[in-house]
Amino acid sequence: MNRPIIECRGLHKWYSGVHALKGVNLAVASGESIGLVGDNGAGKSTLIKILSGVHRPDQGEIFLEGQRVDIRNPKHAMQLGIETIYQYNSMVPTMSIARNLFVGREPLKFAIAGFGIMDQKRMRQESVQAIADVELHVRSPDAIVSELSGGQRQGVAIARAMHFKSKILVLDEPTNHLSVKETNKVLGFIRGLKAQNVTGIFISHNMHHVFQSCDRIIAMARGEIVFDKPVGETSVEEVQELL
Amino acid sequence: MRRLLKIYMEKPELAGVVLLVVLAAVFQVRSNGIFLSAENLRGVLGFMPELGLVAIGVTILMICGEFDLSVGSVFALAPMVFAITLDDGVPFVPALLLGLLIAAGIGFINGYVTIRFAIPSFIATLGMLFMARSMTVVISGGFPPLLSSVPSWIFTQYVGPGGLVRMSFLWFVVIALLAGGLLSLTNFGNWIKSTGGHYEAAASMGIPVNRVKIISFMLCSVLAGFAGLIQVLRLNSPLPSIGDGLELQAVAAAVIGGTALTGGVGTVLGAIVGALLIREIDNGLVLSHVNANWFKFAIGALTVFAVVANSWLRRTARRIKVQVDNEPAHHRVSRPA
Repeated sequence: MNRPIIECRGLHKWYSGVHALKGVNLAVASGESIGLVGDNGAGKSTLIKILSGVHRPDQGEIFLEGQRVDIRNPKHAMQLGIETIYQYNSMVPTMSIARNLFVGREPLKFAIAGFGIMDQKRMRQESVQAIADVELHVRSPDAIVSELSGGQRQGVAIARAMHFKSKILVLDEPTNHLSVKETNKVLGFIRGLKAQNVTGIFISHNMHHVFQSCDRIIAMARGEIVFDKPVGETSVEEVQELL
Repeated sequence: MRRLLKIYMEKPELAGVVLLVVLAAVFQVRSNGIFLSAENLRGVLGFMPELGLVAIGVTILMICGEFDLSVGSVFALAPMVFAITLDDGVPFVPALLLGLLIAAGIGFINGYVTIRFAIPSFIATLGMLFMARSMTVVISGGFPPLLSSVPSWIFTQYVGPGGLVRMSFLWFVVIALLAGGLLSLTNFGNWIKSTGGHYEAAASMGIPVNRVKIISFMLCSVLAGFAGLIQVLRLNSPLPSIGDGLELQAVAAAVIGGTALTGGVGTVLGAIVGALLIREIDNGLVLSHVNANWFKFAIGALTVFAVVANSWLRRTARRIKVQVDNEPAHHRVSRPA
């Protein structure tokens, strides 16, 4: 295995008395895509919330490319190159694609203390490129996100992560509430991550989705990792049996 | 053609402009040509900035996903603070700034209470509506000071061709341009829209959502206080009762101009069109010899009509999209395979 791009050592998390993570150790290689499965309450969400800066671990360490990091908040996680796409997608439905792509990271023509005039021309141009890069077809960067289908929205979210050169993309149930066709599109996006050398951590309830798009399956139960095998050495049945 | 229609339908404030023109024509005929006379326009535009500024503030806050019912009370409190400190011998400019500072403070409290205790801003600002009004009456001591020898010309002086507008109108135009620019051109405007459009998404993208909300509350309050100052300098006396019911007129103006109560949607232009429509109807009904008590009925009916019409327009515009989608592919952002 190459040097891991991200490594967790002995992560613990308690929520008001509930021991949600019990010493999780996990190393992910650069460009690898991990399928993280497990029942509700197994600790998947807690783990990815720690990686995306929403929560902080009570105990344990995280290493990013060998460097110890303390992920303070979602913005900090993004600065470190960890981008998260949530199930109820991270797009603002009332805004255009271009504005959504750059929300929180708008290119500015000039600025005083971080506030300033957005370079909207650049936002449009770059979002056209970013969307094309993930082979997504939408009419225009000015289209309002609420007019897009669920799969297209996830596509734009992935395009956004790519555009900002994220090293690690965490996808939290990105295929929920999507039609079969849309789901296949999203699974295609996930398979495409490797070509761009992006590491993917894909959380799903659906074993088949995970097996179709990942290199390695990790299963969690009761706050611990209970299973960890490459896709080639296991089967949907084996993992299902275990959970 | 269809494209133009869709663009038009997605902008409810444009429908408002059409209504504005149609109503102007109706009132012009009904009032035997008085409505559009310079003399009358002067009157309409003279009052317009006061409601307009409050409506702009309320609109920005509504886009951010929150609500302020206390603007009518702040409209009275800020100028009362100004008048009393002026009466105590403080110079004009510091007194004016103090009034605005108090307004900003009220906005901060509204925002802080809403966020800290996670209660609806409707409730937090309803409480403030009563408290700020009460403070206004208390500090006035029942006998508000008369304003004498103040440079009220900075708001009331007639300017422009034929003295068509007051200075206050110029202030209004400048502030409206700044507010419009803030919303559509700056990154902060993008944050306001995203916070109101989808709070969780904005927060997960690292937008400081709570700070954005508090600043929007403060902006809204300061604009209401500033509008109150304009009115008080026009009337030359700070009555503690001014601005009563203004909060609902401002919300009506925002909604008529296409601002959604659910947040994320709205424009400064919409707020202005809404405020203009309200002033136009107010004035036009009187000039048409209609019983002036129908004014509130007309505003109420227009508000409901506007929301129903807007949601219909939006649905229809979306259906047009499907057809545009079937047009040849050169309209699309595509990449050679």
